[in-house]
Amino acid sequence: MTAVGVRSTRRVSWVDRFLTTLRIVLIALIVVGLLAFIAQQIDNDNAFARRRNPGATGLTAAQVKGLFVTGVAQGAMYGLIALGYSMVYGVLGFINFAHGEVFMLGTMSGFIASTKLSDAGYWESNFIGSFLLIILIAILVSTATAVVMERVAYRPLRDSPRLIPLITSIGVSFFIQNAVLGLFGPNSKSYPQLPEWLAKNRTILTFDIPGTKIMVLVVAAVSMAGLWWVVERTKTGKAMRAVAEDKEIAALMGINVDRTIVLTFAIGGAMAGIGGILWGLSFRSVTHLTGFLPGIKAFTAAVVGGVGNLGGSMAGGVALGTAESLGPQVILEPLGVKGVSQLRDAVAFTALVVVLLFKPAGLFGERLSEDDRA
Amino acid sequence: MSPIMHIHDLTVSFGGLNALSDLNFHVDEGEIVSVIGPNGAGKTTFFNLITGLVEPNSGDILFEGESILGLDPYQVTEIGIARTFQNVRLFPNMTVLENVMVAQHCRTHQHAFGALLQTKAFRKEEREIRERAEEVLSFFGTRLIGYRLDQPAFVLSYANRRRLEIARAMATQPRLLLLDEPVAGMNPKESVELTNLIGRLRSEWGFTIVMIEHDMGVVRDVSDRVVVLDHGVTIAQGSYEEVSNDPQVIEAYLGRPAQDAS
Repeated sequence: MTAVGVRSTRRVSWVDRFLTTLRIVLIALIVVGLLAFIAQQIDNDNAFARRRNPGATGLTAAQVKGLFVTGVAQGAMYGLIALGYSMVYGVLGFINFAHGEVFMLGTMSGFIASTKLSDAGYWESNFIGSFLLIILIAILVSTATAVVMERVAYRPLRDSPRLIPLITSIGVSFFIQNAVLGLFGPNSKSYPQLPEWLAKNRTILTFDIPGTKIMVLVVAAVSMAGLWWVVERTKTGKAMRAVAEDKEIAALMGINVDRTIVLTFAIGGAMAGIGGILWGLSFRSVTHLTGFLPGIKAFTAAVVGGVGNLGGSMAGGVALGTAESLGPQVILEPLGVKGVSQLRDAVAFTALVVVLLFKPAGLFGERLSEDDRA
Repeated sequence: MSPIMHIHDLTVSFGGLNALSDLNFHVDEGEIVSVIGPNGAGKTTFFNLITGLVEPNSGDILFEGESILGLDPYQVTEIGIARTFQNVRLFPNMTVLENVMVAQHCRTHQHAFGALLQTKAFRKEEREIRERAEEVLSFFGTRLIGYRLDQPAFVLSYANRRRLEIARAMATQPRLLLLDEPVAGMNPKESVELTNLIGRLRSEWGFTIVMIEHDMGVVRDVSDRVVVLDHGVTIAQGSYEEVSNDPQVIEAYLGRPAQDAS
């Protein structure tokens, strides 16, 4: 916070100039891309398109809607994972990089359970029951992983500098990845087919949405609402917020700080488990590396929304998912960039850079504890 | 009356410096005791020891006859000791009402499952917590209720933050209340008002109170007994009149008269 005051009295350095240039370039890129996209939608054969993107076809309304829905569904899953990063950061002030692995274990346990159910024929005959069962299993596995992780790896480091649990979390991440590699092998495993009645497209408000994505959105919305309720309205949630604000005072209010921290990990783990199942059912494949990219993206989402801010993390996830889904087609393609569909990740991380250049505390602001703010 | 808290030979040192040495202290049920002394005398350390934030090197603290050494701060709150801080420490981003509701954490029993299922017991308890919070806040007249209930604590004025901190300590339903400089930074009118309230904390709420205070007017008006600390040792105790005429106390505060210095 004090840095702002210091900077205003300092001369403009080359770093400031560089950042200003970067801001201008990125905004110009977005504006020109959007304008080119609009021009291309109005007339495929305009002057700019002839020069940059000959043979442009533009997108139909259905395609844009499709990309949007895909982005939101993807983003909802990022958001569910991002909550775990955000909650742990809020309470303990470090980024738990092993959280992506908690998510991966959710997906993996869901795969094992669903394959068994499918072998038994239960998956086809009673999908709803199986679905609830695998979600329950994934929640249990992810929650247990997160809780054990806190107990074994982080609690002994509670009083050490913030950097140490951070590095430990990277170690934990490698440990879990390699443990899963050793147990289940390196090949990609496929979830069983979803039943026809679920996967077929449905039309809602002129949007033509595949059933799987409706399921993702509904489950994510319900989980988010549940979490919000717990954090904002129950005494457990109040205890969590109190611990996030000031651990010492929370203890003097009769709150068991250790237990509250365990609970924070558990709830973050449960959300990652739910996200894991949704991911598994959407993409139907899982390996020991599944947790890596979604983990990093979810971390990005948490930073975009504002670390420590739960609503912000969820919104950051949706914003990031939408940006990486729409960005390549809507901004890069009209600019004449080739192979845009492979640039999703680049778009996502550029979106992070753009947000941080303009709002360093994230779109909705960080929520940090007293001692972190100092 | 029997002592509610008894402290034997309490010693704590930080890197060779004795913050408190062989301190003996007791508070009777229903008493108001003031702890005074120059800066650095060990008054706040004394509170930190009682609430479990600091471990003593030797000695014992008995609360209602049982040792509370080694308890975690949350357990100390559970058995009925609450405190406020010299530099007010609220949860700034939580609302006034939430600050007081969270303080009742250890007095309630419903868990998250009840909240998710919205059980009858959960809603009943939630309502009780809220009512108790409002009751505690209305102790300060209209200053903390009404539209203030839903304001975040950081917007409150300094004096109101102090009041909220006391309300929060009251909400943990303590037997013993430790107040660390409750009137510090208040104007004379607010001090008088709070002094009256401290008296009412005993008569209406039945709290036993130990208070650290620098404002001698407040100390004189509310204390049954005054304990003077200097450099970690008790140099005097007794009624306000006895203590304020004690030569050692005068020396600790004002220094030795010039003719004795030779």
